[in-house]
Amino acid sequence: MSEHVVSPEVTFAPAHTSGTKRIWKTFWLLSFITIIELVIGIVIYNIHKGEHPNHTLVLAFKGAVCILTLAKAYYIVAVFMHLGDEIRNMIITIVVPLALFIWFIIAFLWDGNSWRNLRNTDAGSRPTQEQAAPATKKSGEKE
Amino acid sequence: MATTTIQAETKWWNGGRSPFNASYGKVMMWYFLMSDAFTFGAFLISYGTIRFSVNNWADPNHVFNAFPFAGHANLPLAFVSLMTFILIFSSVTMVLAVHEGHHMNKKGVEKYMLLTIIGGIAFLGCQAWEWTHLIAGHHDVLVNGQIEHWGTTVTKNPWGSEVMHNGTMVATPGPIAFGGYFFGITGFHGFHVLSGVVINIVMYIKTKLGHFDQRGHYEMIEKAGLYWHFVDLVWVFVFLCFYLI
Repeated sequence: MSEHVVSPEVTFAPAHTSGTKRIWKTFWLLSFITIIELVIGIVIYNIHKGEHPNHTLVLAFKGAVCILTLAKAYYIVAVFMHLGDEIRNMIITIVVPLALFIWFIIAFLWDGNSWRNLRNTDAGSRPTQEQAAPATKKSGEKE
Repeated sequence: MATTTIQAETKWWNGGRSPFNASYGKVMMWYFLMSDAFTFGAFLISYGTIRFSVNNWADPNHVFNAFPFAGHANLPLAFVSLMTFILIFSSVTMVLAVHEGHHMNKKGVEKYMLLTIIGGIAFLGCQAWEWTHLIAGHHDVLVNGQIEHWGTTVTKNPWGSEVMHNGTMVATPGPIAFGGYFFGITGFHGFHVLSGVVINIVMYIKTKLGHFDQRGHYEMIEKAGLYWHFVDLVWVFVFLCFYLI
């Protein structure tokens, strides 16, 4: 049935199931995760609308949405792109370089955060001579 | 076929065969997608860095709250969820086309490729509407003590923090980077969708002409499918970074 050889460099054809059950199961799973994400989005919206938004709670919900998105990415790559059916060598050559993203995300968001701290405090400014003497001007009054 | 024993006993790195058990074209498609993931990743991380560095970024629920034919109703997340579901569903029809291809079922491949193309075009239509709405929809902004009417463009951001002016609350200009990042990243993604639709149309025609039956396998559908799923994968992250958080 699926024994057709694609190219001589391929040692064996991965086993293809005859049914489409797994595809539809993944579709419902992705839809379900998306709906949960949307519900969390609406919750965040309502927290923001409230009198005193709880920023820790908002951050926790945003973290939850990020984790759900990673779960969706896993299912798309493993099932829809069939990476889960490939041999170990193939999986490793694709997934390991993506580990660079761990550093990439942490380093740059950290930098952005530090930038805001410098913007909001006078930590990043070098006072000019006139400013240094009276020192009455207050910076960082935003928010 | 006892694939598990083959897998265990094969000396993958001794030459004469692909160590990844995949054809050259498929391995290269994966490497291309990996490099593309870094391109999109760099864009999104750069956006995150700038967003972290300013105090008043635009609230996505405030900016993206419109729906076609719904007038000025406040519907945050509604339109973008429609776009997300369109793309997820076109991903399913694509994987079904690949599945039919594995079983050499020409009619099935044709049917599902056509559905995938329709899904892609529907998504592009939604994006065109969203962009038009953002650029053409004007909002009151207080600039140098004067009220001006601004659309959202790469040079104008009417979604800054609100201040009191003549007894009413009015928005001030927000960080200028907002439009550039939004239109740049969704535009780059939209361009991927467009090229994916073109590739899928080519694959549909080639299927129809019987090229893959002559060749004896439908691996081109698989490769086009990898690209299309990648476009869906990127949208999952664009959806997260621009609309959800």
